Amino acid sequence: MSTLENTNPEDDGTTRRDFIHVAAGGMAAVGAAASLWPFIDQMNPAADTLALSSIEVDISQIDVGSAIVVKWRGKPVFIRHRTADEIAQANAVAVTDLIDQQADGERVKAGKEEWLVVTGVCTHLGCVPLGTKTGDDRGEFGGWFCPCHGSHYDTSGRIRKGPAPENLEVPEYVFVNDTTLQIG
Amino acid sequence: MAEWKVAQPKNKAAGWLEERLPIISLVNNVVGSDTPTPRNLNYFWNFGSLAGLMLVIQIISGVVLAMHYAATTGVAFDSVERIMRDVNYGWLIRYMHANGASFFFIAVYIHIFRGLYFGSYKAPREVLWMLGVVIFLLMMATAFMGYVLPWGQMSFWGATVITKLFSAVPVVGDSIVQLLWGGFSVDNPTLNRFFSLHFLLPFVIAGVVILHLWAKKISDSGNPLGIDVKSSADQIPFHPFYTVKDAYGAAVFFLIFAAFIFFMPNALGHPDNYIPAQPLVTPDSIVPEWYFLPFYAILRSIDFPLGIPGLFELVDAKLLGVLAMFASILVWLALPWLDTSKVRSGNFRPMFKWFFALLVIDMFFLMWLGAQKAEGNIPLYGKFATAYYFAYFVVILPILSRKETPLPLPESISNPVLKPAE
Repeated sequence: MSTLENTNPEDDGTTRRDFIHVAAGGMAAVGAAASLWPFIDQMNPAADTLALSSIEVDISQIDVGSAIVVKWRGKPVFIRHRTADEIAQANAVAVTDLIDQQADGERVKAGKEEWLVVTGVCTHLGCVPLGTKTGDDRGEFGGWFCPCHGSHYDTSGRIRKGPAPENLEVPEYVFVNDTTLQIG
Repeated sequence: MAEWKVAQPKNKAAGWLEERLPIISLVNNVVGSDTPTPRNLNYFWNFGSLAGLMLVIQIISGVVLAMHYAATTGVAFDSVERIMRDVNYGWLIRYMHANGASFFFIAVYIHIFRGLYFGSYKAPREVLWMLGVVIFLLMMATAFMGYVLPWGQMSFWGATVITKLFSAVPVVGDSIVQLLWGGFSVDNPTLNRFFSLHFLLPFVIAGVVILHLWAKKISDSGNPLGIDVKSSADQIPFHPFYTVKDAYGAAVFFLIFAAFIFFMPNALGHPDNYIPAQPLVTPDSIVPEWYFLPFYAILRSIDFPLGIPGLFELVDAKLLGVLAMFASILVWLALPWLDTSKVRSGNFRPMFKWFFALLVIDMFFLMWLGAQKAEGNIPLYGKFATAYYFAYFVVILPILSRKETPLPLPESISNPVLKPAE
């Protein structure tokens, strides 16, 4: 047997063939693992889905004191043109009194305090809070009110009362110019 | 281990086939005339075959529905309505499929609790039992994805809430959710993959069912007395005795099934699912289907973190709830080693009986709790019910197996009352 000739007597019977078996098996395992990845990654957001992941919104038509809702990444985003009074209200409360402590200044862009942009998903169980449309119940703090389990948000979109643990999330956005907002 | 008998068909063509592929022997030995079966099986033993029949009905009706359904967000809801209004007998087939899911779960729940009471998970049937748990998990995944397909409000928001559970996983949670969605919310890619998997999984279930039956052949059926078969006097052939009994049970079961299909087809569903999915409007309350309610109640009842309050947090509340929900089913896999009592049947375990009865009540209570809004005392009741559920498996059963004195067991199945074993 050719394998016997290749046996190294000092090496407890390990042959060159054993090495080839391990090497071939190892390569096959690496190959299998590598070909598995495309089958997992295909589930991630596709290129066209990613292409739609940022949107531009014309905000010139939003009057002071009103708000609009836009759909971004399948979720609602509230854009509110706040009144001076609403901004004052948001700044009036001591940050240490809040459930999720965050100053109003951290939630808006400097110099653009009149614009509040938040994701319209209640941080409790993901309902869409009321308060964007005129005539909606805005809750006790003049911001948003979630009808599902009674969470009240203030004019900065911060949680003030109810079961929600966190403030409404502020998405990534920039002002392209004075009338155009880019979200994402 | 049960012995294997080779079939000798009289028909020449059957004999020719049997020589080349012994499929007649296979059926005969697993559910046929060559399958010696304990003579004392009661009606609780009907529900295995009923679950099998429901699987067949779900596959047949489901394949037909797939011929008319379109898994694209813009048309999915309308294609289901078209099945209901325009496709010949579409309403019947869809109502069979929708109610069939509920009846499949009814049969399987009774089958599982039969096993829990009569100790069907004990040696030598551990693997048989564990394969059953795998089937149940696959059923839950299949049912969940199937409920998303009509793309109604409850479909959409149920899918959102359940997939979001995975965001509780530390570090990679959000990436997992994005991977499941194929986007940034439940949307067209999600619907497509759920349809594909909803079509696939029933056949995977059918495969595991075959393993389940194979394990049943090896370890034999259990029986209400929980004692081993001693002689052939304890047994009767599966066919015709239990095929006829199963057929009778099926007739009764299908009568009730038909009553739901024809007279109250939407009684077990949620009316909100007849509103097309609206990603920007949440329904008043998001409630899962009835068969998920006990586990949903367990998920919700955990609203506290694991750790020492004020000092550190080992596992946050959201993750702990998700872990508890999965653990509530996975604990069944460990059952053969948690309940070490040598007596299988609950009939001979005077204390076990009461704790088991309480578990059944607890399950119904959890089911009710899962349908309520989490307000007032509901979360508190949920904590008690969840605590008992886990205590039954990990505390009560191990202690009972050591402390309880069982009643004397009968000598044999054929001679159950005349003389107790010494």
